[in-house]
Amino acid sequence: MALLEVRDLKVYFPIRGGIFGRVVGHVRAVDGVSFAVNEGETLGLIGESGSGKSTIGKAILGLVPLAGGSIYFNGKDITRYIGKNRSSYRKGVQMIFQDVHSSLNAKKRVLDIIAEPLRNFEKNTPKEERKKVDELLAIVGMSNEDALKYPHEFSGGQRQRIGVARAIALKPRLIVADEPVSALDLSIQAQVLNYMKDVQEEFNLSYIFISHDLGVVRHMCENLTIMHNSRFVETGTREDIYGNPSHIYTRRLIASIPDVDPHKREENESRRQALNDEYERLYANYYKPDGGVYDLRSATGSGTHFVAMPTDKGEELI
Amino acid sequence: MSEPILQIKNLRTSFRLEGRYYAAVDGINLEINKNEVFAIVGESGSGKSATALSVTRLHNPNYTTIEGEVLFGGQDLISIPEKQLNGIRGKHISMIFQDPLTALNPLMRVGAQIEEPLLYHSNMNAAQKKARALELLEAVGMASPQLIYRQLPHELSGGMRQRAMIAVALACDPQLVIADEPTTALDVTIQAQILDLLRKLQKDTQASVILITHDLGVVAEMADRVAVMYAGQIVEIASVWQIFKNPRHPYTRSLLASIPSAGENSGRLNAIAGTVPTLRKMPRTGCRFARRTPWISAAAHQENPTYHEIEPGHKVLCTCYRSFRFEGVNGGDK
Repeated sequence: MALLEVRDLKVYFPIRGGIFGRVVGHVRAVDGVSFAVNEGETLGLIGESGSGKSTIGKAILGLVPLAGGSIYFNGKDITRYIGKNRSSYRKGVQMIFQDVHSSLNAKKRVLDIIAEPLRNFEKNTPKEERKKVDELLAIVGMSNEDALKYPHEFSGGQRQRIGVARAIALKPRLIVADEPVSALDLSIQAQVLNYMKDVQEEFNLSYIFISHDLGVVRHMCENLTIMHNSRFVETGTREDIYGNPSHIYTRRLIASIPDVDPHKREENESRRQALNDEYERLYANYYKPDGGVYDLRSATGSGTHFVAMPTDKGEELI
Repeated sequence: MSEPILQIKNLRTSFRLEGRYYAAVDGINLEINKNEVFAIVGESGSGKSATALSVTRLHNPNYTTIEGEVLFGGQDLISIPEKQLNGIRGKHISMIFQDPLTALNPLMRVGAQIEEPLLYHSNMNAAQKKARALELLEAVGMASPQLIYRQLPHELSGGMRQRAMIAVALACDPQLVIADEPTTALDVTIQAQILDLLRKLQKDTQASVILITHDLGVVAEMADRVAVMYAGQIVEIASVWQIFKNPRHPYTRSLLASIPSAGENSGRLNAIAGTVPTLRKMPRTGCRFARRTPWISAAAHQENPTYHEIEPGHKVLCTCYRSFRFEGVNGGDK
C-alpha cells in the first residue's frame, strides 16, 4: 500500500476582474494528476517554471485549497482534514522550502525554529526540548552551540540544514522538498543532498522532491514524473525516464541538460537541433488542439512507465 | 593563437565594508585571445563577477577600488578617464547580464534599446538604425522581428528577453562580449537554446567571449579555455579539454566530483566540507583552499602559492595538488 496516494488532484486559482473583483475565470495550475509515493521512496516532480509542480506540493500540505481530487494517507481518505491543525496528517507530512532566507524566522533562535513543530504537537519540558533539538542538529551535522544563534549567522547551506532539521523534528513519514538545493552552490548542494539521504535512511522517510534540475533529480529519486502544462506528460522509474524517454517533451528536456563532457559538444547540439525540429513537427500528435496534455497510458507494456498519449495514435508514437 | 585581445594584469578589486577595504579579486592575471570563449567558473563569492565588472569598471567607485591593469587595444581601462571608457563600453566591449528584466529598461521598446548603442557609437540615421535593429532581432532567432521591435520587455518571455539583450550587446559588433551568468535564470530547455545561439553568434562574429558561470555543464558546452576561481584567486587555468580530462587543483576536482549527474549511482556525493569564505573572513596568506581539505598536511602547501605548469597552457596554484586525495568528504562543517 502506498504511503500517500493522490487521485485526480486539481488546483484552480481564480482570476478576478471587473469593478467588483468578480471571478472571471480560473487558472488551472494543476489539472488532474494522480500519483502514489511508497514508504522510504523518493518521487521526483520535474517541470519548467509555471508547470504547476510547486502547487502540487502546496496542495498536499493543505496550503492551497483543492478544486477537486482526493488524497489518501496510509490508506485513509484525508482530503477533508487536510487543512486541519494538529491532525496526525499534519504531523506526518512536513516541508522543506527553497528560499532559506525567507523560510526561517529571522527573529527567532535556531532552538525556537526547530522546536516550533515540537511545541505544537508534543509536551516537553524545556530540558527535554533542548535535548531533542540538539539531537536534530547533530543529525544534520551542526553543533549544539548553534541552537542559540540566529539564522543570519549561518551560511545558505547551513540554513537549509536547519530547515531539514525542522522538517524531521516530528519524525514525519513524508517530506515535501520544494527545490531544496536550487539556491545553493554546487559544493554546498552536495552536503545538503547527502544529509537528506542520511535522514531518509535513518527514519525510513519518503520524499516528494520538486526540482527543475534533472541531474539532482536523477541522483535523488527512484521514481520520476515530468510535468508540463499543469499535467503529467510522463511518469516512470529513473531507468524508464532516462533510459527510454518517450514523450517528445521529456526527450527534449533531457537533451537540454548541459553535458560535462566537452567532446560531445557538437553531437549534443545536433541532437538538440533534431529534437527541437521534431518537437515543432510532432507537437500536434502529443498535445490536444488546445495545448492540453492527454491522459497517461502505459508505455511498452511495462507496469511502471506511463506516457501521455492520445488513444488512437498511442501505439505508433511509443 | 595570435596576440591577446584583452590582458588582465595583477587585478585587485576591493570593496569597502565598514570602513575597511577587502579584496574580492586578489591579484589575477589573464589573457583573452581573439575569437575564443573564455569561461570563468566559481561558486558565489569567488570573485568571478567582480572580475567581469572590473574590466569595464562598472563597480561603484564610491566603495570600490580597482588596482592593476586591464589592457585592451593599447589602452589601460583601469586608468583612462570615464569619458574615454564610454567610447569603449557598448562599442568594443559589451555585456550580457543574468537577469534581463532588470538589465533592460522596462519603459523602452525593445527596438529603441537595440538602437541606443548605435546612437552613441555610430553615425547611422534613423532608417539605418532600424534596419540594423531588425537584422539583429532576426539574428538572435526572433520569429517576428517587426512585432518584437515595438514591444516592451514585460511583453516578452524570459528567453526572449535574454535574446533581446544579446541583440543589444551585439549591436555595434563588439570585439569582446562579457556574459555574466547569461542562462542561470532560464529553464533548461531555454538555456540550451540560448547557449546554442550564443555559440552560433560567436562563430559568425568572431568576437571573443568571457563567460561567467557557476555551471560546469555550461562550461563544457561552450568554452575553449577555463579559469577556476576560488576566494578571489584563479586556482587553475587550462583548456576546456584539459580541465575536464585532467583536473589538478583540489578545488576543481572536488567541484567536478560533487556534480550529481556525473555518477549514475545514487550513493553519496562528494561534498566539500565547509563553505566559501566570506569577504571579511577570507584567508589572505597561504593556500586559500587549505582549510577545506584539513587532511592534507600543511607541508604540502606553499607558504606563498605560485603557479605550476602541468602542460602547456595548464597551470595550477599551490603545490597541494600533488598530494591531494579525496577524504573526509562527507560534508561536515566548521
